[in-house]
Amino acid sequence: MSFTTHTKDERRAMLDAIGVASAEALFDDIPLHARFPDLELPPAISDIELERTFRRLSQRNVTLDDGPSFLGAGCYRHFIPATVDYVLQRGEFYTSYTPYQPELSQGMLQAMFEYQSMICRLTGMEVSNASHYDGATSLAEAALLALDEAGKNRSRILISPAVHPHYRDVVATYLSGTQASLIGPEDTTLSAADLVGKVCEETAALVIQTPNFFGYLEDLNGIAEKVHARGALLIVLVDPIMLGLFQPPGSYGADIVVADGQSLGIAPSFGGPSVGIFATRRAYIRRLVGRLVGKTTDVEGQRGYVLTLATREQHIRRAKATSNICTNSALGALAAATYLATLGRQGLRQVAELCYHKSHYAAVRIAALPRCSVNPVTPDRPFFKEFSVELPLPAAEVNQALQKEFGIIGGYDLGRSYPAMTNRLLIAATEMNPREEIDRLVEALEQITASRAVR
Amino acid sequence: MSEPTLYELSATGRKAVSLPECDVKLATIPEHLIRADNGLPELTEQQIVRHYLRLSQRNFGVDCGFYPLGSCTMKHNPKTSEQTARLPGFAQIHPFQDEAIVQGALQLMFELQEQLKEIGGFEAVSLQPTAGAQGELTALLMIRAYHAARGEGHRNEILIPDSAHGTNPASATMAGYIAVEVPSDGRGNVDLDAVRAACSGRLAGIMLTNPNTLGLFEERVEELVGLVRESGGVVYGDGANMNALTAIARPGDLGIDLMHFNLHKTFATPHGGGGPGSGPLGASSQLAPYLPSPIVERLPEDKKGSVEYTLTCPSHSIGRMSSFHGSFGMFVRAYSYLRRLGAPGLRAAAIDAVLNSNYLRVRLRDDYPVPFDRTCMHEFVCEGQPKGSEVRAIDVSKRLMDFGFHPPTNYFPLTVREALMIEPTENECKATLDAFVEAMRAIAKEAREEPGRLREAPSATPVRRLDEVRAARELTVCEPTLRT
Repeated sequence: MSFTTHTKDERRAMLDAIGVASAEALFDDIPLHARFPDLELPPAISDIELERTFRRLSQRNVTLDDGPSFLGAGCYRHFIPATVDYVLQRGEFYTSYTPYQPELSQGMLQAMFEYQSMICRLTGMEVSNASHYDGATSLAEAALLALDEAGKNRSRILISPAVHPHYRDVVATYLSGTQASLIGPEDTTLSAADLVGKVCEETAALVIQTPNFFGYLEDLNGIAEKVHARGALLIVLVDPIMLGLFQPPGSYGADIVVADGQSLGIAPSFGGPSVGIFATRRAYIRRLVGRLVGKTTDVEGQRGYVLTLATREQHIRRAKATSNICTNSALGALAAATYLATLGRQGLRQVAELCYHKSHYAAVRIAALPRCSVNPVTPDRPFFKEFSVELPLPAAEVNQALQKEFGIIGGYDLGRSYPAMTNRLLIAATEMNPREEIDRLVEALEQITASRAVR
Repeated sequence: MSEPTLYELSATGRKAVSLPECDVKLATIPEHLIRADNGLPELTEQQIVRHYLRLSQRNFGVDCGFYPLGSCTMKHNPKTSEQTARLPGFAQIHPFQDEAIVQGALQLMFELQEQLKEIGGFEAVSLQPTAGAQGELTALLMIRAYHAARGEGHRNEILIPDSAHGTNPASATMAGYIAVEVPSDGRGNVDLDAVRAACSGRLAGIMLTNPNTLGLFEERVEELVGLVRESGGVVYGDGANMNALTAIARPGDLGIDLMHFNLHKTFATPHGGGGPGSGPLGASSQLAPYLPSPIVERLPEDKKGSVEYTLTCPSHSIGRMSSFHGSFGMFVRAYSYLRRLGAPGLRAAAIDAVLNSNYLRVRLRDDYPVPFDRTCMHEFVCEGQPKGSEVRAIDVSKRLMDFGFHPPTNYFPLTVREALMIEPTENECKATLDAFVEAMRAIAKEAREEPGRLREAPSATPVRRLDEVRAARELTVCEPTLRT
């Protein structure tokens, strides 16, 4: 069906005003052979059919609500308070454009200013942009900023091998347009202290993730000083939930902090859209990428907010802009802001504590299983929310069995990213997993590993 | 009256959520890694709700009124799309679930890819880019990989018309290319002689927005495409203005090799106050192998087991542009829109977008000169200085707010002085368009007779004109830290 608004008479009057016989005549500039093609698209369906079709299609997916789930690996199931969707569904917010006209956009601008404020405090940094697409693209832009700051002689981004594989891929794609390159050893057990030793006169930045892809918390005290002494910047990729409880990267001297904000009130939604967090020191404010909201006053002295330092941006600087970013993830930032305000100082800390204790409970119980070992390589390092299990058979098989025989969505099969780790499973536990779910997982793992042949 | 910030509303000890007690044995947390205070505010649920409600009332969206923001396609965002995207089977699924238990999501992605291929006339589509500008960058990195694979990695120039969006040259720079600006001709087309002169062995490609940012269809588009292709260049189409051409003409049929779609413009997914968007990329057969991964493939009958739809990586893929599978939530919304309209509905929408824009053009041009005054597509550009006045486009824009309208885009494209870029979209009824014309005419009259009213506007908004210089000088970009 079509949703046109004009009556026949109105349409005639409009065509007469324009001075054409038909609306089709407005397209005469298009080459005839290409004009009005017959498209083979499925026929339009009614709203009732639409509702039914989409519900059926959605029911072909097993959801994270259908049973216990322990999947993480960069996308997490956390509690989303009802305030978040209440705010997201306000049409004044979600149907607005980027706030180029501040007098009509004070609501979004103030919400972004508050988002920036909360991100600054959480990360311990001085400046936050108003959002990026996701954590991976935030990291890629951080790498570009570091390269730009470092100058021509430093063309290497040294990245920890324990950074999320997708993020590494995205940074590599972004760098494919530059003279710079992404380097890093392959040994995923190296600590931040080990990696600092590899920073050299060609390195623009060292990238560390904490907790890293395997869940280990990195001890980054003293790392920034060493990186700086060698003339490079320290980029830290974090889990924002962790920041409710643990030291912020600003406290140990990070230059740029990036994160994926999906955990902050955004549904997993098959991995997107999310929101990219990007915070840095004030020294780099003029090299910052993306929108930035600043406080000011109107002609009557009333407080107000505007997009500021637009001279960094593509619509003003064009080829000399700090980035091409235009659309960002403002609504994702609004979700994150609402989430952070709702959880508040105590709530976020409590969520982080629950994640910590539950993941440790799961790890301790699984470690006690006869044929599983937990965090097999460096068992002494502290971890948060996620840990890995060495299984006596391929993780893919275990996941299949968990799903089919126990109705449990298992962990992330690390063999998908690291060919040498086909028997390792990355398991996440959050505040959404009550103890009985964890106990069910442990029992299921025990049965599966006991009953299947060791390979 | 201004709204206090979250921090101003905060008081120690307040809570808005009730979280469960820890039901497992407490583990030891390394003391030296713990922070004393995470710096978040403390409020009640009611405070939060009222705060954001009041903020929303200080914001203007398409749901509030006419929003003719040129180049942004502020069309109606159907509420059905918001519902479908929130179905638990779409919202509560994880990107790393086994493919066998997310076949519905993969099928949706596959069918969206197929429909975009058909609408654009492309060989393949990747849904991976998360925004229009990222679609541009993706395309340029593909062009780079394509030339390199053919041993022509020395090609380092990208032609960009002077009317192009700022994202085009910015993307070119990010992709390591030299942006070479090409002027427009007297009819608002890309100057073909300038393109001919710029075509050399260094040419990597061109970024072509068609209809261009003046809202005009390139009258000699096929000649232009031919010139670039003969020189070995790739033609990239910026799909920002696809709302004029959906089901009207297929860019692939005009020789475009690559083009991104803006789901948040053409296919009615919300702009969200600046995002998230989605910028799927279509490619011709020559460029398709370079598309970013993943792409959803449908397995033939004899090969499918529990899995019919599967994620794959194109043979010469440039890699990933974002984590996971792109802005899936936007795919659900766009696909809902496409299924509701079908091909006839899409064509009717494009026709009315163009009809509405031409109607406004002819009704406004006596007061607001239209420099390239010929049949336009979904938008047009006029001068924001009414005839016989000395006010500026910014003044007209601000005064429009007092009449209850969102202003058009101002000062873009750069090729028109005091530009106002007006895009009404297909959704607006004639009464709204006429009311907008009346307001614009009243403002033109004021501009001539009492220009001070425009320079002092707006006065009916929550705040009046803001001091942007002060914001940039003081750079107060977050709340001061209260606690240490």
